[in-house]
Amino acid sequence: MRVPLSWLKEYVDLPVSPEALAQQLTLAGLEVEAIDYVGVAAPSDSPWAPDLTSPEPPEFIPWDPERILVGELLEVKQHPNADRLTIPVVGYGDGRSIEVVTGAPNIRPGMQGDKVVLALGGARLIDGHAATRQWITLKPSKLRGVRSEGMVCSELELGLSEEHEGILMLPPDAPVGMPLRDYLGDIVFDIALTTNLSRALSIVGVAREVAAITGGQLHLPTPHAHATGPSIEGRVTTAIETPELCSRMTLGLIEGIQVGPSPIWMQRRLLLAGMRPISNVVDVSNYVMLEWGQPTHAFDADRVTDQHLIVRLAEEGERLLTLDKQERILSHERLLIADRRGALSVAGVMGGYESEVSSTTTRVLLEAASWNPITIRKTAQALRLPSEASRRFERGVDPELPPLVQQRCLQLMQQVAGGTVAQGIVDVYPQPFVPPVLDLTATEVERLLGVQLSPQAIAACLDRLGFTTMITGSSVHVHVPSYRLDVTIPADLVEEVARIYGYHNVPETRLRAELPVQYTDTMLAGEGVVKDILAASGLYEVISYSLTNTQAVEAWEGRAIDATDYLHLANPLTTERSILRRSIAPELLQIAAADLNQRPTIRLFETGRVFEPNPPELLPKELRRLVIVLAGPRAQAAWLGPDTDLLDFFDLKGIIENLLARLRIEGVEWTRVEDSRFHPGRSARLKAHQGDPSQPLGICGELHPDTRNRIGFTVGRVCLAGLDLDALLALRQPVHFQPLHNQPAVFQDLAVIAPVEVEAARIQQVIATHAGPLLESILLFDQYSGAPIPPGQRSLAFRLTFRAADRTLSDSDVNKIRERIAQRLSSELGATVRGEA
Amino acid sequence: MIEQLDQMQQAALAELGSINTLEALRAWRQRYLGKQSPLGEISKGMGKLSAAERPAMGQRINAVKQLLEQAFAACETELQTAAQAAELARDQVDVTMPGRPVQSGRLHPITQVLREIEAAFAQMGFGVWESPEVESDEYNFELLNIPANHPSRDMWDTFYVQTPQGADQVVLRTHTSPGQLHAMRYFAPGPTRVILPGKCYRYEAVDATHDMQFYQVEGIAVGDNITMADLKGTLAQFAEQVLGTVKIRFRPSYFPFTEPSVEVDVSCTFCQGSGCRMCKHTGWLEILGAGMIHPTVLRNAGYDPEKMSGFAFGLGPGRVLQLKYGVSESRLFFTGNVRFLEQF
Ligand SMILES: [Zn+2]
Repeated sequence: MRVPLSWLKEYVDLPVSPEALAQQLTLAGLEVEAIDYVGVAAPSDSPWAPDLTSPEPPEFIPWDPERILVGELLEVKQHPNADRLTIPVVGYGDGRSIEVVTGAPNIRPGMQGDKVVLALGGARLIDGHAATRQWITLKPSKLRGVRSEGMVCSELELGLSEEHEGILMLPPDAPVGMPLRDYLGDIVFDIALTTNLSRALSIVGVAREVAAITGGQLHLPTPHAHATGPSIEGRVTTAIETPELCSRMTLGLIEGIQVGPSPIWMQRRLLLAGMRPISNVVDVSNYVMLEWGQPTHAFDADRVTDQHLIVRLAEEGERLLTLDKQERILSHERLLIADRRGALSVAGVMGGYESEVSSTTTRVLLEAASWNPITIRKTAQALRLPSEASRRFERGVDPELPPLVQQRCLQLMQQVAGGTVAQGIVDVYPQPFVPPVLDLTATEVERLLGVQLSPQAIAACLDRLGFTTMITGSSVHVHVPSYRLDVTIPADLVEEVARIYGYHNVPETRLRAELPVQYTDTMLAGEGVVKDILAASGLYEVISYSLTNTQAVEAWEGRAIDATDYLHLANPLTTERSILRRSIAPELLQIAAADLNQRPTIRLFETGRVFEPNPPELLPKELRRLVIVLAGPRAQAAWLGPDTDLLDFFDLKGIIENLLARLRIEGVEWTRVEDSRFHPGRSARLKAHQGDPSQPLGICGELHPDTRNRIGFTVGRVCLAGLDLDALLALRQPVHFQPLHNQPAVFQDLAVIAPVEVEAARIQQVIATHAGPLLESILLFDQYSGAPIPPGQRSLAFRLTFRAADRTLSDSDVNKIRERIAQRLSSELGATVRGEA
Repeated sequence: MIEQLDQMQQAALAELGSINTLEALRAWRQRYLGKQSPLGEISKGMGKLSAAERPAMGQRINAVKQLLEQAFAACETELQTAAQAAELARDQVDVTMPGRPVQSGRLHPITQVLREIEAAFAQMGFGVWESPEVESDEYNFELLNIPANHPSRDMWDTFYVQTPQGADQVVLRTHTSPGQLHAMRYFAPGPTRVILPGKCYRYEAVDATHDMQFYQVEGIAVGDNITMADLKGTLAQFAEQVLGTVKIRFRPSYFPFTEPSVEVDVSCTFCQGSGCRMCKHTGWLEILGAGMIHPTVLRNAGYDPEKMSGFAFGLGPGRVLQLKYGVSESRLFFTGNVRFLEQF
């Protein structure tokens, strides 16, 4: 809501400066986002002072009170050397005058007495002739041989609008010589209003708040039109078919008007408040809406058949040409004002083209009604017609306003368009407003605010806001005024008390209420632990978008996806983010590819939720997942001569093994996997021995070159692991303390020669199974193939650590075990142990 | 004999003076103190002496021996020290060369700041909860006192999800507030005190400071006699812990699920309240929205609003990062840009 100060001051006295008022309004919930200083210089300490030092002028500029003045055309002469130029002689009071040269088309030789804006040499204005918005400081100059001592100004040059066709003509009663600042200057508050503040969608509403907050005196006149025409009674009628959607309908009539532009003061205020002037009748309707908050609609009375207005729902498919000249096809839900022949306007939202006030209109039928907010909102949304009117109706308008604004509109119309006002108005108001009554106790105020206030203090706060109060014991009996329909429960009143009492007076206390029994969300906490382990493993955590697109998913999957597997947005902003991820991989891979343009090596991980449709349930499954991506050289080329090989499967496996170890998950099996997204020889599926064996823990490997190409990687190897974090966290085991034995450990190195097809894990398993309870650990520390190992075979070297709790192991203890292992390796796997026959 | 002894001592010491390697020193020792050494020869000649001469001569020989041994030890120490010094000199490096790189990872700034926020509220007895990111319209709006066709719906630009049941029943949560209901319904009629961090979504085009995805932390406390003053105290402590010593300020505001509702400002973290560009010269920065839980919401959660009261707040970790570190571009959060991530 934009509130010109000059307008506000008509309704309330301001005991404080505009800047102080802005501060107080903000602290009372009417957040002043900006103050516009229109022609007026801002105090230097104002937070909203425009930057006048910037090469580009601000939206509004100050007008030098010495050099920008109201002027009068004393005479306009033709320029001797140029047909399109004239030489107005402009008087500016006390017998002073100057000659200026202008090309303005609305200044013609022979004009006299018109009021204009005169700028004298030294005045700082906006350059009307420059291609971009820039400052100009006026200097007397010669134009085609004639000296121009100053300038007559356009709206653009004054920073009032973009209008530069002609110069700004002031009303005939503009006082010659007065600084323009004092005549047209204003200050405009730009107030951001929360949805509940419909009462402040008007100058009067803001004035009420200002009065309550500052204590300034409110002046609210009861407008009264000077009605001299024949009574409206019987000449205009109305019927409401849907009283639940239209609780009040009033009609007024003014005849013999002349449609034309509205006066400059009205146009100025409309513009400052953010509305465009149209014609005197429409401008009055808008002006009064801004002033009081009640929208009205003016019909050309001669276009209303039988002078009878009907409020009814539309026929399904009924058509109406609205005043934006769009043909609207209406559904049955739309509420209309119609006459016997058909629809005239969409109630509360937009008028019809046919019945609109035009330049030839002489009789105006003015409608001011109370509409059901929901029907207005639905209609404005369905027709995509949000307007100043619908914004007010859908938030709720004071039901007591229609007769008042009838008087105000008719009064102003007569003032600006002439005509005769018919006596009386039509007022159909089947269920008049009854003020809601609420009881507010001091205890309730204290219970919610934590502040002890007497009933008198509470009542005093509410009285200032226009509530009617009566104190009974410790309770305040409150009548809610018609303009405070937002107040329906005692908590609403508590807020009003708090606003006036001031939140800065509310103390800061510590919670004393009982604490609930708390528990730790072990899964959420576990996810945190996983993040820490991975960060400690050298990975960067990424958080990507949960919204992705089919192409990114298909680039990862390498095949067309089944749309039904995914949740789709009904209203995506972009196709790029239109489906919910089922895997973190597609987005993380895109990020990895982009990051590889900035860094040679990337090590990334992300944990988060993925979404799977779960019919017939309405809501999807939300599953916790982990994805790791590695790519690039293991280390940077550096003077220390590092390992610059590309990160590979075993880098990734090492990270995952460490993660599993830190989570104390044992017995995870890695098996080769055929998955077209991965390198067939360098990828594995992870399975846990515990839990559901059909549910793998995840997959880990190097991407297939085709996958890399689809995503756009240029690096030779890209490693990715996708793990089921829910499953991993469920497998976590608690720490199981092992006493430390002081007996020395005995080490045995075992070189096992076996066909290359025999997987290391299989060999290790046989060793572990037959090593017996004395085996403490087993480590595969070398692989070798080539002479003297026979072709097709390899040697794997394991270091076995044995320890007994109660004694020092002898060589013979260990040798026996070694023999047993060698036999088993031979019989089960056809493997031999070097050094054993 | 004595002369012989003196000459030998002099010769030995003279020779020692020119020795500069440990090998030469050992050879010297062999020569002068070994079995075949002149000293050994002289010792052997002791037998020829009279019993009266022997003790004096023996003492003399021992003195020379001791002297040479001491000279040897001193020379050995000297040579060892020199050898070590030479070795250290050879091992010298240019200490201005860069160190061996450490592969260190890091957590996303949002994760980092969430942990700070969680820790601050944990100290005040708030547990940490999660709730779904895809919600029903009922939980995201209706139960929070935001009915369909109410203008307050405009406060949330909402992504809807297509379902077989239609496109108006399932939403990507626009705030963490539906978590209030999940938590309160678990605890009611007993007290509740939790925070709920998580991802939220809004139908908003991405620019420097707006994003279609963001994080929020919901906080609620319900109990006997919980007041606005408690809310103020709780948030003041949070602000002090997470942002350093700052003042907080309440302004009346509007949220359908709280009444009264407030917007909470903290004194500007950049200018300490004296006014700067960041705070638009007001000295204050908006940080979160809060209020006393609306009676309708309490009732929807299973509480009797006449008996129990509570507060709720919703704060953005992104906003905290902005206030704490001046992170002005929230759109960097979800790009995974390493140049952004490595700053935290
Ligand atoms: Zn500041």
